[in-house]
Amino acid sequence: MNVTIVDYNSGNISSVINSFKEVAKNRVNIEVTSDLSKIKSSDKVVLPGQGSFKSCVDALNNISGLVDTLNEFAINNKKPLLGICVGLQMFADVGYEETETKGLGWIPGKVSKIDNQNGKYKLPHIGWNQINIVKDSKIFKDIENNSHMYFVHSYEFIPEDKNVISATTDYSSNIICSVEKENVFGTQFHPEKSDKIGLKIIDNFINL
Amino acid sequence: MLKNRIIPCLDVKNGRIVKGINFVDLKDAGDPVEQAKIYSDGGADEICFLDITASNENRNTIYNVVEKTSKKCFVPLTVGGGVRSVEDINKLLNCGADKVSINTAAVQNPEVVVESSKKFGSQCIVVAIDAKKNGDKWEIFTHGGRNNAGADAIEFAKKMEDFGAGELLVTSMDRDGTQVGYDIELMSKISSKVNIPVIASGGVGNLDHLVDGIKLGNASAVLAASIFHYGKHSVKEAKEYLDSKGIPVRI
Repeated sequence: MNVTIVDYNSGNISSVINSFKEVAKNRVNIEVTSDLSKIKSSDKVVLPGQGSFKSCVDALNNISGLVDTLNEFAINNKKPLLGICVGLQMFADVGYEETETKGLGWIPGKVSKIDNQNGKYKLPHIGWNQINIVKDSKIFKDIENNSHMYFVHSYEFIPEDKNVISATTDYSSNIICSVEKENVFGTQFHPEKSDKIGLKIIDNFINL
Repeated sequence: MLKNRIIPCLDVKNGRIVKGINFVDLKDAGDPVEQAKIYSDGGADEICFLDITASNENRNTIYNVVEKTSKKCFVPLTVGGGVRSVEDINKLLNCGADKVSINTAAVQNPEVVVESSKKFGSQCIVVAIDAKKNGDKWEIFTHGGRNNAGADAIEFAKKMEDFGAGELLVTSMDRDGTQVGYDIELMSKISSKVNIPVIASGGVGNLDHLVDGIKLGNASAVLAASIFHYGKHSVKEAKEYLDSKGIPVRI
């Protein structure tokens, strides 16, 4: 099996690579590439993302044909794709970080700044927070409710259809931190930095 | 609920852990990769490496340490010391650091903070402020505490937030290595001035100091070196103690 981590200059993806390789050992081949044919032929795709919504969308668009290839992979061919952090946020129609920017539009909704209640809550939301699992997501197999995950973000994805939400976390408000829509999965938190329990989520994705 | 973080810090020199008293008199306390793994297995919320003499010496050893650590530890790894440029940050991130802390360069050339937070995202840019009390204010120091930059630490903290820092690592130089506790006044003043998380550092000698850093200093995270790596306390003990004092921690 081939799992491809999309390398589209979206910032630091070393930790994502290290964690997938740790989990995959020798049983699964982990590719790190922006090569369109390799993405097309892979079994699963991971879409990481760091920095701003806009910078990630721009970086995707800078690689000719990449968005079309991802659309074909996830939407037409319905193969499993995991978005992490801004990788998840880009599933939305639109994001409002820096400036209004069009997303991939895979899950209707928007990405806006977390309400910090007039400075009462620090942003970014950095650190370990518990997830409240609201739907049996395949990537949460053997993950206990209220497990701690590592977060670092200032923006949140708000999907229109609440049925896609698989977990939330409690900060200044109830933040949506994981989604599942058919073959498309996303986590706002960083499984690659969430210790053994995070690696289990990666393992679950690889084993889908 | 977001948990307060406990961050063991490893001061690294030439690829080995050291810990100074007031930034000098270094003692060797072991291998950083192995120690980082012990910490992450023991429940550390994050690991911090400070390449303390990197401003003057060959830095390649730290890249090697970061690379090895990031393949073994799956909690966030922050690396600082001698970070001068966007290219230095890029290199550390590529080696597997999740965040990079910038000290001297943030003072001398704050554009590095602006540029790097735009390029890599604020989430990976930590500005390390080394502050020393002078009268009723705190002045910032650079070059591992050797040079007085003269600027006011609290104003500088605010400026760094505006420039794009995602977090502030605030070290009291008066307290560092003394084990008499954080400079609570400094921590709480900076924490109330900025809307980004503050990591308290410098001076932890017992577990109550960690409690004070959070409860009185309003720090989001507490960093300590010697109490952990000389075996006085484990990270687990520290967390259980904080938990018993009503502080939310990840256990």
